[in-house]
Amino acid sequence: MIALEFPEINSILVWKDIFPNFPFNKVALIAVLATLISATIFLLAVRQSHKEAPKGIRNFAEMIVEFVEDGIVMQTMGKDGLAWTPFLLTMFMFIYLCNVPGIIPFFQMPATARMAVPMFLALMVWVIYNVTGIKHQGVGGYLKSTLFPPGVPKALYILVTPIEFISAIIVRPFSLAVRLFANMMAGHILLVTFALLSEALFQAKDKVLIPVGILPFLMLVFLTSFEVLVAFLQAYIFAMLTAVYIGGATHPEH
Amino acid sequence: MEAIARLVAAEATPAELKNNAAAASAGYAYGLAAIGPGIGIGYLVGKSVEAMARQPEAAGMVRTTMFLGIAFTEALALIGFVVFILLKFA
Repeated sequence: MIALEFPEINSILVWKDIFPNFPFNKVALIAVLATLISATIFLLAVRQSHKEAPKGIRNFAEMIVEFVEDGIVMQTMGKDGLAWTPFLLTMFMFIYLCNVPGIIPFFQMPATARMAVPMFLALMVWVIYNVTGIKHQGVGGYLKSTLFPPGVPKALYILVTPIEFISAIIVRPFSLAVRLFANMMAGHILLVTFALLSEALFQAKDKVLIPVGILPFLMLVFLTSFEVLVAFLQAYIFAMLTAVYIGGATHPEH
Repeated sequence: MEAIARLVAAEATPAELKNNAAAASAGYAYGLAAIGPGIGIGYLVGKSVEAMARQPEAAGMVRTTMFLGIAFTEALALIGFVVFILLKFA
């Protein structure tokens, strides 16, 4: 009845440069906007006096900071980790504002659905938690606490050490990047699929098919609201895993 | 006889065969990759709900740990999804 081809994967993920001969496309625009918006929110908030009761944008900014402190730092690193709040807050805001354009009309593209953004963030986290571990425990101490976890029988180290090495050094940044990237790309592809399907059904030559188009359209509405949740959850999980890795590198006993 | 002759005449070229095999195995890759994490996440969330119902005052802590566990479990399914994309489109 209807034969629908899914478009080339590159046509829904790769964007043309906005200006000719200048390498700056939609994904870069979203990343720059995310940085500017989050910086503006907190710079405007900090200009208010901290002696009076907070109002307007400062209220909003304090809500986010409190969420990061209580929901991410205190749950994973405890009181010692509070110094990491600014870093985790930046991370959270940037990833969230990169994810959310996936459902905003005219943008319709999460910047994190291109591997470059999550990969760079994950590599940054990898460098930071390794450097923190070495700074706090020394090279030998850090290697010892990550590669030779205490409380394991000596003979088992032949098995445990390679596994720990692979998981701490290779798998962690890889899974951190792939989790964010694949979640956002899967959401984007799902939205494209159902949008195309309902468009094709609404414009079908066979008049019987037109009312059927309401079904994929309802699914599209549902998925859009689901993506709101996913965008938040992925930013939260990324920031939380960062906190867990940093906390683990600072205090090996945890 | 005629049908077989037609089938033989319409035999796929090696490139087509490769594409077909890639599409089929992409489907298998994602389908198989989704089984384990599906069971795992279901079990994990079920147990967390049980814990939260038993001790509502520990709900915050349980929820954080639950999200961490989901993140680790889900990674396997997502790697399966990436393999699907690579097989199908790359």
